[in-house]
Amino acid sequence: MTTAARLSAARLSAALRLCARGLLVGLLTTAFLTPFYLMLRGSLMDARGITSPHWTWWPSTMHFENFSALFGDPTLSMGRALANSTVIALVTAPVSTLLASAAGYAFARIPVPGRGVLLGLVVATLMIPGSVTFVPTFVVVGSLGGVNTLWGIIVPGLFNPFAVLLFRNFYLQFPAEIEEAGRLDGLGWFGLYRRIALPNSGAMLASLGALAFIDSWNSFLWPLVIGQDPSAWTAQIALSTFLTSQTINLPGLFAGAVVTIVPLVVMFLVAQRYIVAGIATSGLKG
Amino acid sequence: MLPAPETTGPSGRPGPSRRSVAGAARAGGLRAGRRGAGRPSSGRRSGPGAGRPRAGRSAWIAFALLTAPMLIGLGVFKYVAIGWSFLLSLSDARGTIAPSRWVGLDNYRALLSDGAFRGSLTQILLFTAFIVPVTFAASLGLALLVHRIRRGRAALRTVFLIPAAVSYVAASLLWKMCLFNGLPSGIANTLGGWFGMDPVPWLQTTSPPLYWIVLVTLRLWLQVGFYMVLFLAGLQGIPKDLYEAAALDGATGLRLLRRITLPMLRNTSVAVLMLLFIAAFQAFDEFYNLFNSGLSGTGSAPVQTPLGYLYNTAMGSQDYGLGSAGAFVLTALIVGVTLIQGRFTGFGRSEG
Repeated sequence: MTTAARLSAARLSAALRLCARGLLVGLLTTAFLTPFYLMLRGSLMDARGITSPHWTWWPSTMHFENFSALFGDPTLSMGRALANSTVIALVTAPVSTLLASAAGYAFARIPVPGRGVLLGLVVATLMIPGSVTFVPTFVVVGSLGGVNTLWGIIVPGLFNPFAVLLFRNFYLQFPAEIEEAGRLDGLGWFGLYRRIALPNSGAMLASLGALAFIDSWNSFLWPLVIGQDPSAWTAQIALSTFLTSQTINLPGLFAGAVVTIVPLVVMFLVAQRYIVAGIATSGLKG
Repeated sequence: MLPAPETTGPSGRPGPSRRSVAGAARAGGLRAGRRGAGRPSSGRRSGPGAGRPRAGRSAWIAFALLTAPMLIGLGVFKYVAIGWSFLLSLSDARGTIAPSRWVGLDNYRALLSDGAFRGSLTQILLFTAFIVPVTFAASLGLALLVHRIRRGRAALRTVFLIPAAVSYVAASLLWKMCLFNGLPSGIANTLGGWFGMDPVPWLQTTSPPLYWIVLVTLRLWLQVGFYMVLFLAGLQGIPKDLYEAAALDGATGLRLLRRITLPMLRNTSVAVLMLLFIAAFQAFDEFYNLFNSGLSGTGSAPVQTPLGYLYNTAMGSQDYGLGSAGAFVLTALIVGVTLIQGRFTGFGRSEG
């Protein structure tokens, strides 16, 4: 084979590989996005259209009334459920992140005797997976009168030992020079945290906060355990009740999926940078 | 804030490294001094023991302020909860959350002799054996693919990661109602129809257990992007010159993958495996939503996870004693697997 022929053969195989990769990417992209498309399509069709064996890509008439019917259904209280979920996620994300940041800072920076033991007690709780302990947690929250209340759903989720550990690592690497200036200005430990460390951990707060928001919005088992009354249902519980009820209203179900998914997808796209960073940190430093 | 007059005193004292106890006490003392200036009771600052290298009172106060909410929260919702639950697991606690009649290990005995619970353990082991390697391979494959693509890498990453924003409930709904429903209009059945297959009731078919396809694809769609991001972060940490050196030695393709990429991803792989194991053992949401009544009609799930069993025991039959015992058995299982895995893979070896 001449050099030229070998070169062109190499080029051909490179081109073929590129094509194959393009095809693979196209297929995977389609596969990953199809469920979203099907959900939107279903939310705008009538029941007959969805179950019809004759496939249509998009409904000929848009049934936007599926959404108004969803919010008008008194047995479902979807509006209330969405409001509950919003409140829960909006409280949980910032509060749990701030608590973890404060504790992480103290464990990283303030040398008091017994600190190691306390940190050990925090880390030990990491070993016990949260969803496994729903029975004991229910026992405690139940005895405090938290059944069917929003605080009963929120409070147990505010304490994230894993985030404490991540923040501790973060503050251990925090340059001490920055704090030095504040120290010279007469700030105490608490002031150093509030005036210097906290304002300088914005990206970390955003990352873990965004992840906490997603987790809180999507959590299912705990709200199912504690929110038995429709007034305390979250969006996920309302959707699930809808799904497991005896009479299935398919367009309503898809409309319900849209209203629980779309707010989060929008938030996701907006905060994507932080979410990616959060996943990368929380996965690797575990 | 105004600098306190005492500032130059303590901070000017020679001390060891900034992060040492002495250094911190210095700053702690500084704080105490500053507050002391306005308070009559703080004569101790100027006393002989004031500058001793020990955590000052203000350090304690700040430490307590910053950690108290977390420590109290974890204390109540982990330690108290688990202690109380342990008492319940040794008691007859049906319909009550107060441990009343001591029954010793009866709950544990009842649990382990219950076929439903043992069945749920078998199911979760099977599920784990499926989902862990599949998700691991798929997310690593996706990461390698996305990492190689120069143009549109960010967009592609978004495509794979976006399902991570979807809840298991909503995903179960999509899988149950449009991808794998038993009707001819379901996507799986429509695709099958193009190849001459008859419509299949995916969730109800138990031999062969076609519902596994539903379970595994659902979790893959939801999780794969998350783990892909972890692998992508790992891939970015591999120095380029390693590949260049290997390429000079004539290594290509799979060899590079086996000799450089995989060994360099070791830490990431171990972390991913551990996260996958723990997530698989805690499966509940999709099982509950796919198999509980609704269109599947039967009302009884062909598969139940241990968490599902616990949910039915504690919330359905209100047997908190048995439910607590189950929580401990499941926790012991997860902790055990994690520790064994940690020992084999050396996870945490680098943790100080």
